[in-house]
Amino acid sequence: MRTTEQPYAEPLPRLSSAEGLLHWVATVDHKQIGLLYLLTSLSFFLVGGFEALLLRAQLAVPGAQLLPPGVYNQLFTMHGVTMIFFVVMPALLGFANYAVPLLIGAQDVAFPRLNALSYWLFLFSGLLLHFSFLAGSAPDTGWFSYAPLTEPPFSPGANVDYWLLGLLVSSVGTIATAINLIVTVLLLRAPGMTIRRLPLFVWMTLVTGFLIIWAMPALTAALAMLLVDRYLGGHFFDPAAGGNVLLWQHLFWAFGHPEVYIMILPAMGIVSEVIPVFARKPIFGYTFVAAATLGIAFLSFMVWAHHMFAVGLGPLVNTVFGAMSMLIAIPTGIKVFNWLATMWGGALRFTTAMLFAVAFVAMFTIGGLSGVTMAVVPIDWQITDTYYIVAHLHYVLFGGSVLALFAGTYYWFPKMTGRLLSERLGHWHFWLTFAGLNLAFFPMHASGLLGMPRRIYTYAAQPGWPELNLTSTVGAGLLGVAVLVFLWNLAWSLRAGPPAGADPWDAWTLEWATSSPPPPHNFTALPPIRSRRPLWDLKHPEQRDPEHEHG
Amino acid sequence: MLGKHALPAALLGAITLRLLFPPHARAQPSSPFAPASPEASAIAQLFLITLGIAGVIFLLVQGLLLYMVARFRARPGAGAPRPVFGYRPLEIGWTVGPALLLAGVFGLMLPLMGSDPGAADRVPSPPAEALAVTVIGHQWWWELRYPTLDVVTANELHIPVGEPVRVRLESADVIHSFWLPRLGGKLDVIPGRTNQLWLYTEAPGVYLGPCAEFCGLQHAWMLLRVIAQPRADFLAWAAQQRQPAAPPSGAAQRGQQLFLEQTCVNCHTLRGTPAQGTVGPDLTHVGSRQTLGAGVLENTPANMYRWLQDPQAVKPGSLMPTFYLSDADTAALAAYLAGLK
Amino acid sequence: MAEHRPSIDRHLLGMGLFISSEALFFLGLIAAYVLYRGQALAGPGAVPLDIPRTALFTGFLLASSATVQLAARRLRADDRRGCQGWLLATVLCGTVFLAGQATEYARLLHERIAPSHSLAATTFFTLTGFHGLHVLVGLLALLILLGLALAGDVTARRRSGLEAISLYWHFVDGVWVAVFSVVYLWTLL
Repeated sequence: MRTTEQPYAEPLPRLSSAEGLLHWVATVDHKQIGLLYLLTSLSFFLVGGFEALLLRAQLAVPGAQLLPPGVYNQLFTMHGVTMIFFVVMPALLGFANYAVPLLIGAQDVAFPRLNALSYWLFLFSGLLLHFSFLAGSAPDTGWFSYAPLTEPPFSPGANVDYWLLGLLVSSVGTIATAINLIVTVLLLRAPGMTIRRLPLFVWMTLVTGFLIIWAMPALTAALAMLLVDRYLGGHFFDPAAGGNVLLWQHLFWAFGHPEVYIMILPAMGIVSEVIPVFARKPIFGYTFVAAATLGIAFLSFMVWAHHMFAVGLGPLVNTVFGAMSMLIAIPTGIKVFNWLATMWGGALRFTTAMLFAVAFVAMFTIGGLSGVTMAVVPIDWQITDTYYIVAHLHYVLFGGSVLALFAGTYYWFPKMTGRLLSERLGHWHFWLTFAGLNLAFFPMHASGLLGMPRRIYTYAAQPGWPELNLTSTVGAGLLGVAVLVFLWNLAWSLRAGPPAGADPWDAWTLEWATSSPPPPHNFTALPPIRSRRPLWDLKHPEQRDPEHEHG
Repeated sequence: MLGKHALPAALLGAITLRLLFPPHARAQPSSPFAPASPEASAIAQLFLITLGIAGVIFLLVQGLLLYMVARFRARPGAGAPRPVFGYRPLEIGWTVGPALLLAGVFGLMLPLMGSDPGAADRVPSPPAEALAVTVIGHQWWWELRYPTLDVVTANELHIPVGEPVRVRLESADVIHSFWLPRLGGKLDVIPGRTNQLWLYTEAPGVYLGPCAEFCGLQHAWMLLRVIAQPRADFLAWAAQQRQPAAPPSGAAQRGQQLFLEQTCVNCHTLRGTPAQGTVGPDLTHVGSRQTLGAGVLENTPANMYRWLQDPQAVKPGSLMPTFYLSDADTAALAAYLAGLK
Repeated sequence: MAEHRPSIDRHLLGMGLFISSEALFFLGLIAAYVLYRGQALAGPGAVPLDIPRTALFTGFLLASSATVQLAARRLRADDRRGCQGWLLATVLCGTVFLAGQATEYARLLHERIAPSHSLAATTFFTLTGFHGLHVLVGLLALLILLGLALAGDVTARRRSGLEAISLYWHFVDGVWVAVFSVVYLWTLL
């Protein structure tokens, strides 16, 4: 028998019936919780995307009066907060929730009820944050909200309070999920699944879990201090009373920098699963990729002040952090080479998942290269706080994390639902996205280099700015269309997509050794696990992978 | 080590950027790539080299991707490719290579690190008696004080050409950032802390700089103008700025009367009059400035009227309320202020 | 093939990871306290501390670490009554400590020293306050545990809950040792 095909006919509980709804509300099954995370983050993605379209409409021409400054400032703040905390992070954790137990041959995560609580905390915090729009005072001080702008004299309204409380609540859920995933990977692996045989998505998730639990405390400490200042008349960030506003920046970026790796490592994990399968070759240099991940995680705690090169911390501090920031480029960069080498000599199948994964490599390279230019301190003195930075962050977060999320969707949707997404619509989705993202964000390198600062609600017609901004707006519009195509693909395929079967991609990891969707307990029987590609070994017994052992 | 390739890379970058930024006598973009000071030039050069290296890597990676997409497409009927799990020498090579490259760039960066932006060692030997200016960032305008010259003004920083100027940066409220792209890197303006940089250029002209740290509602309209003038012109300007407010004539007299009777005096200073408010910009010579409202309006009589009629419509959220004066009163006030050259 | 699997209980591992995270949270608060300490000690804003009194209450908190450890030991020996007794002792000692903290706060507030009073007061209340919150949460957990123990749900075989909570309790004590040293004892140098 070639595969362990487990026919399992029971579909996902329907939302339309009362007991279906109750089932979803009360579920502690990691697969369903994962789906809840994914659906909720998709919803927030639509909200954040709409916010971006409004921003781009306002910036399409100089001196536009579509949005007054107060509204614009709320929108750009919420766009950032939403995309980071309520889209990219929870979506990646949603995929982790769904796939990690399957990938390691486990029945569920270590703490299923804590898992459910984490999701509901996430949902609640997102609703709390967005309620601020109804209250007319959405956060408006930027996603990293520097003090003392956030102190009561300068932000007397409730805007900052929504931001503060929304993030505090969501951080509890995030930390809980991270603990859950770490314990799951360390303790619930099936026999034979040693650490050295972990699929790279699992490895990256494991490392990300540690990043979360050790980086989020810096944010919660800063939020606690801001809370004391705002509600109890404290003076943490009050220079008149001896406080130091830079304390906020140090604490925030001590969280904020690891945070960006939290948002990219699991994405790299998805890409490391997808490319080998559709290149028909194992990942090139597993050990170096895994080691590089550890290197990135370790270094990510030592570069935070590169967000503060223009603060005036002195040449020693700037030089050290500049050096560390260049250092972290190395393990990040070599992964690109590993993916390229995986593709070299392969037999590339350009399913939509593969298109997004390959585009990830191309786009992330651009974002990574602009990042390296920012590590050169004197250069950063010119480009920090300009649209060059906005370009960089969108290349790594959209061109990186979001494209990887799309790749993961096309890859795992069949496993989750038992149906394949339409490849025809998928290709449209891909090309519209690729065109839109480059049209929207590449010109921002230029507008930044032409002196355009970030976070301005309008601008005078300085040379080049109007043309570049209009181009970006058109690109953003394209992205909007692309998302509509994606939504249509999801809706149509859920109803009428071709049946997927257990292993539609002829892949190698454990999730494909069970039905689509899997039974509640995940596996009825597991294939023997003696290498990194258990299903490859099963399907090609004469060409088994080397046995990587010691965990 | 890097020198051999630095020149061609810089040349390639320079040509590309010249195409993007054609030199016009007047419309030089306010960009780091149109440098007008030694520091800005040094940074631009380093930037070109770094961009050149990044460009090469970009072409390499994208080129490889395109090649592989074409060459290694799965062909129907062909068997599975030979599994290759890695090749140590290659992996070590592509780790060490980039490391060396980055070390090289790091080495190029070190000489510019002397201190923070506008470091003393990057301007020609600043004299002990260099001109000193204190720049105070406010929501949403720039206050400029020349202690040794007894000059106080707003939003326009005049400096003599060819002389280093010591700039102290302070904030009256939240964090702002002082940035003139053509003159050098930016440096934040932080409450509770004084930063310092040196400003120096040998090219007379007007240099624009936006506030470069989000500082609230009207962050977008907090533009600073640096006006570099030959020494004689600069001294003449300073002498003029030291004078008390010009006495009004004609319709402007009614304007002065309004100014002194209304609450303008609570926020603004007019040297030589009872108006000594310090909340808003000093208006003693407001008529001589190029813009109003920190760059939101060009300073013309019509715009002066427009600003006074309804500042909240022009710059919503700015700390100057709308006073709802009659048209005649507004015109008189505008005439008075426009005459304060 | 030989395979070595760690045999650590999942609840202990989870609690250990959580503690490592909370430790960093307190490190952040302590760092801010230390950063601002110059202002804190000099000048009129300093917070008047009663070191001997607080040392006494510290003794109770440290004792509660011992009692919870004894409770765990009794449980491993299948002595459920003994375990419940030591758990109760832990709750009582912890409550005494919290009462000591509460009365200290009351004294300060009576003297008009609130977080808004000065930077020193801000950092003092924040650091000790968040610690106090963690103690309160721990006490609630211990009470629930005590309730479950009285209902017979905590046994030698099912003791991971007790061990995880007692680990948390030791952590809370450890944080207090750090806070007490930095805030109180350091003023003696």
